[in-house]
Amino acid sequence: MDIIGNLWLGLQTAASATNLLYCLLGVFLGTAIGVLPGLGPVATIAMLLPVTFGLPPISALIMLAGIYYGAQYGGSTTAILVNLPGESSSVVTALDGYQMARHGQAGKALATAAIGSFFAGTICTLLIALFSPPLAEVALSFGPAEYFSLMVLGLVASIVLAHGSLLHALGMIMFGLILGLVGTDVNSGVARYSFGLPELADGINFVVVAMGVFGLGEIIGNLEHEASRTVMVKKVTGLMPSKEDVKRIVGPILRGTGIGAVLGILPGGGAMLASFSAYALEKKIAKPSVPFGKGAIEGVASPEAANNAGAQTSFIPMLTLGIPSNPVMALMIGAMIIQGIQPGPSVMTEQPALFWGLIVSMWIGNLMLLVLNLPLIGLWVKMISVPYHLLYPAIIVFCAIGVFSLSNTEMDVYFMAGFGLLGYIFRKIDAEPAPMLLGFILGPMMEEFLRRALLLSKGSPLVLVTRPISATMLALALLALIAVLSPALQKRREEAFAEED
Amino acid sequence: MTSSASAESIHATGIIRGPKDFWTGVIYVLFGGIAFWIARDYGFGTASRMGPGYFPTVLSALLVLIGVISLVRSFIVPAGPLGKFAVKAGFLVILATVLFGVLINRAGLIIALLALVLVSAAASEKFRFEWKAAAGLVVLIAFCALVFVKGLGVPMPLIGTWFGE
Repeated sequence: MDIIGNLWLGLQTAASATNLLYCLLGVFLGTAIGVLPGLGPVATIAMLLPVTFGLPPISALIMLAGIYYGAQYGGSTTAILVNLPGESSSVVTALDGYQMARHGQAGKALATAAIGSFFAGTICTLLIALFSPPLAEVALSFGPAEYFSLMVLGLVASIVLAHGSLLHALGMIMFGLILGLVGTDVNSGVARYSFGLPELADGINFVVVAMGVFGLGEIIGNLEHEASRTVMVKKVTGLMPSKEDVKRIVGPILRGTGIGAVLGILPGGGAMLASFSAYALEKKIAKPSVPFGKGAIEGVASPEAANNAGAQTSFIPMLTLGIPSNPVMALMIGAMIIQGIQPGPSVMTEQPALFWGLIVSMWIGNLMLLVLNLPLIGLWVKMISVPYHLLYPAIIVFCAIGVFSLSNTEMDVYFMAGFGLLGYIFRKIDAEPAPMLLGFILGPMMEEFLRRALLLSKGSPLVLVTRPISATMLALALLALIAVLSPALQKRREEAFAEED
Repeated sequence: MTSSASAESIHATGIIRGPKDFWTGVIYVLFGGIAFWIARDYGFGTASRMGPGYFPTVLSALLVLIGVISLVRSFIVPAGPLGKFAVKAGFLVILATVLFGVLINRAGLIIALLALVLVSAAASEKFRFEWKAAAGLVVLIAFCALVFVKGLGVPMPLIGTWFGE
């Protein structure tokens, strides 16, 4: 079969000594930084991105993917051990995971998280391998009109699934789209919004925005209320779940994987929504005797499987359509562009070794996480124990050097400072920055596709609704907007996010 | 602290019922307005031949519209207060970052990192001089010099232009 040949090609690429090394390095660094409280995957990837610039494209992408799921896993470890989730998708893991740790079952909780994540990762890697080729096939027939409508759908979906006010999510998208336009217009050569600064002629680097908003902004936010954290568990023992435990977690892991796989593909959702929904479902269907919120192993297994599944399947739209479904994928796309690869359906046909190598490396990376993390738990505990007031200056150091190294200009450092302030203000006024980053990445692409679509149709915007695929996507976007404004769904949205508060 | 007091007093007077909506609206209208104003200088073009001003004009007009809706809503829908701003922490973290940018080429990496770490660390309530932390700082600077400058070849001078050359 074709897929076996493809996976074999991928295995050959991913299993080369160099790529295995970068996968391991990515997973290790991702986990190490992911366990630090208050540093999510976006900030982690943005911080480590410059390190990958010198690598060949495939090694760079493998390493970045490794950093991503390493950071996810690290966040869960922190959630279980200190009740301070490192990232939003492990918020629900903290509910039961921390309680398990308090009852001396930290080892079991960590093992459950690892097993759930690995299972979900394996299934979803297969899903990516199965569904990417047909999807890319369809995408190859897309014209500019289809791409434009697809991006509209993507942005709308990211509003629907965003946390918080819809109006502000919409505003943040516009804000991001406009920021994305800064720089020289490819068609006319006019430098837009560059204020005469040569550093702005090529636009603002997305890493600068991501590090400012998600790195510095987050740090200022954390300094607002400096809580002292105590690591419950100095020594983690009793890793292996008993037979009884295994029986209890099989169902939750399967259901979590399913929910995560579906939600991960949807734009804007990704890992966070997946883990919330999975937890809510388990709570609903479990027997009343299951002590949710008091250390139920089901409450760790299901969201952990879901968040890893979502993290994995969010690669599907990125790899096949070149469209990011969340900020992490936006960063991956940025990384691809820096490496000289135009993301989109042609990647699979033009660079099969890169495409399949990345997919196989995801499975290898998940395996590494499983093997590596449990023995290294002592090291992670040590990392978590570093007090925040000693940690964050070092984080700023890495952000500053990373941003400077992008194009060796101090101007980028000033921009990062500005976006840091902006990011903090957005946080205070409850405007979520994630849709902004999506808009920022999609802005130039949308303009170009719209321009081409209208050029072909001689200026008639009807082209967007007369072509069937494009019309379908716009209809879906409209439907999603209507649905989200309906009171019934609004209530369910609030419920889905209610666990966080 | 002062900002929280003023936000609450606005809240209390009852004119602005949703301070978060209000300030978001202000930011959107300001930003969108400026973007719209600047975009007038870029050719709008026609739909079939979009000029460089087409997309920015449409987007900034939409942003202003969203901002206005947000402003209107802030007078109608009550919402929680703005909360306390970490003014000192925010200022020091931003200042530290800017200082790094100013010093990196002029004074060199070593001094730039010293300034960045010391100023940003002062943002924490728990900041005090400890030998352990000072040793950590030395290790951090040595690590950055070795890994980034020697290892990855980032062109950052260890000693900057202010000190000779």
